[in-house]
Amino acid sequence: MDWFKRKKGISSGEKKAIPDGLWVKCNKCGEIIYRRELQKRMYVCPKCEYHFRVTSKEYIDYYFDANSFEEFAQNIKPVDPLKFKDKKKYSDRLKEAQKKTGLNDAVVTGDARINGMPIVAAVMDFSFIGGSMGSVVGEKISRAIDRAREKRVPLIIVTASGGARMMEGAISLMQLAKTSAKLAQLSEAGIPYIAILTDPTTGGTTASFAMLGDIHIAEPGALIGFAGQRVIKQTIGQDLPEGFQTAEFVLEHGFVDMIVHRHEMHRTLARLLKILWYAEMPLPANSNNGNGSAEKASLDKATINKLK
Amino acid sequence: MLKKNFRMILDFEKPIVELEKKIAEMEEYARETGVDLSEDIQRLQKKVEGLRKDVYQKLTPWQRVQLARHPDRPYTLDYIQRITQDFLELHGDRYFADDPAMIAGIGRIDDFRVAIIGHQKGRDVKENLYRNFGMSNPEGYRKALRIMQLAAKMNMPVITFIDTPGAYPGIGAEERGQAEAIAKNLREMSRLPVPIIITIIGEGASGGALGIGVGDVILMMENCWYSVISPEGCAAILWRDNAKAPQAAEAMKLTAPDLLELGIIDKIIPEPDGGAHWDWDAAASTLKKYLLEELRRLVQIPTDELVAKRVEKFSKMGYWKEA
Ligand SMILES: [Zn+2]
Repeated sequence: MDWFKRKKGISSGEKKAIPDGLWVKCNKCGEIIYRRELQKRMYVCPKCEYHFRVTSKEYIDYYFDANSFEEFAQNIKPVDPLKFKDKKKYSDRLKEAQKKTGLNDAVVTGDARINGMPIVAAVMDFSFIGGSMGSVVGEKISRAIDRAREKRVPLIIVTASGGARMMEGAISLMQLAKTSAKLAQLSEAGIPYIAILTDPTTGGTTASFAMLGDIHIAEPGALIGFAGQRVIKQTIGQDLPEGFQTAEFVLEHGFVDMIVHRHEMHRTLARLLKILWYAEMPLPANSNNGNGSAEKASLDKATINKLK
Repeated sequence: MLKKNFRMILDFEKPIVELEKKIAEMEEYARETGVDLSEDIQRLQKKVEGLRKDVYQKLTPWQRVQLARHPDRPYTLDYIQRITQDFLELHGDRYFADDPAMIAGIGRIDDFRVAIIGHQKGRDVKENLYRNFGMSNPEGYRKALRIMQLAAKMNMPVITFIDTPGAYPGIGAEERGQAEAIAKNLREMSRLPVPIIITIIGEGASGGALGIGVGDVILMMENCWYSVISPEGCAAILWRDNAKAPQAAEAMKLTAPDLLELGIIDKIIPEPDGGAHWDWDAAASTLKKYLLEELRRLVQIPTDELVAKRVEKFSKMGYWKEA
């Protein structure tokens, strides 16, 4: 492997959303992979199936129909309500993150389709200050929830977040309550909500909308949990078991419905949406809202044909 | 004023406590010898009052954090004992265990039947091990929700007391879904069809605090802190140095006056001079007065309107610009 190590432009995928360089080293098996091949495989290692962290842009490409994503609420931008400063000013951190990612904040919201079936989507982006949730993330997620409720179409949120954004103090904590309250309204309206948990989903994001889906899907190997591993280790004074807080761990403990390979996600979402919402089938006599309701968003002919 | 057997005196409290000691000694001496020291004693007492006002009006955020954590501060059960009648504690989440770090029960506050939920810290090592230092496991949040839903069924308002350094970060807590338990409480509290009054009585850290913190009105006692993470946690992550906690406390805007200005809390409940730990009864009686005032107001609001307003209250929280 020494030959590869000396090769120019190899980078490890660690921490960064998408590593730079022509060659990429797998974080799990160490395989050196040609970037083009990795891109073709949706940033999944051809040798060990490790799922690399990707940005919101890739998730939108991978999960939804090609060119179906139409962004809304893109003009909501962060401010610095506390005039927060640690080693750096929060306002400078924001500017840097905006420059680096081309995003205004850590979530992108839009209308999209899956096999032609309309959905409302919110896709988080770990490359923007660790996908942390401050006021903008809270507001945009809330607007996506409201939009799904008003349009009566299913909601999909893709999570990739270290938790609440410390630089907005208690205001960021309140975004947990805000988004959860909005989800209560969505639930009462009988609209399905699918949460897709990607690497990583931790802290306040897990303790709010990530754990409030009707269906929870995780990507293989994703870190999913509440408390940080360093904090847990310090508190209990012992090492953590192998595989702790992985997608497989939370599946075993009953907090996600399924683990779905990135290559299979689009197809799985289509199957779920069809059964939960879009299939036209006879209903039980006492059904109220939900599947089959006359208030559902209407589908175009092509989509209806596809569903038959 | 001075309670005997204070186990901990904060640095900035020392001059006050020393003066109080001196007064006590002079009183003792006067009693024993019959010498009249009343003039001197009065002079010193005036000095103590002045000093107390001076110190406590200029508290830094970090000093407030220390007051909020003062081991002599009244805890949830101390308040329950002083403000309720016929309180019955109820136990267990009906799934896995009872969580002693979270108190839940039903009782009366004068004319109102209420359910009361609150984090509970311990006073000594033994009790703290039992109470897990006020850090709940998922069972605590699930027990809280069970009792809140009982309250909804019986049409009783809910009162919660927040006082936690955070939800417990442990292996079992993760296995049993700490995040799911908190998330569910946030969602269900947002639509509970009875009034919910939240009071921060000590420390309010992170999702562990918010897990019983969604309500119609958020009160905060004067010397408390409430934020997304502890100042130490924030310092460790952003400064990479736990010792920078005082700076973090400053930057996070976690005191009651800051949070009132930011629109996170609705009212500040004043504490006795020097803090609630100097006079539990007085602190409890003020708290009770505020709770009764809110109860009288909230029970008059029709349920639909109450819930809609609650959702709206949290929907408005946040600061952004829209171009
Ligand atoms: Zn690999």
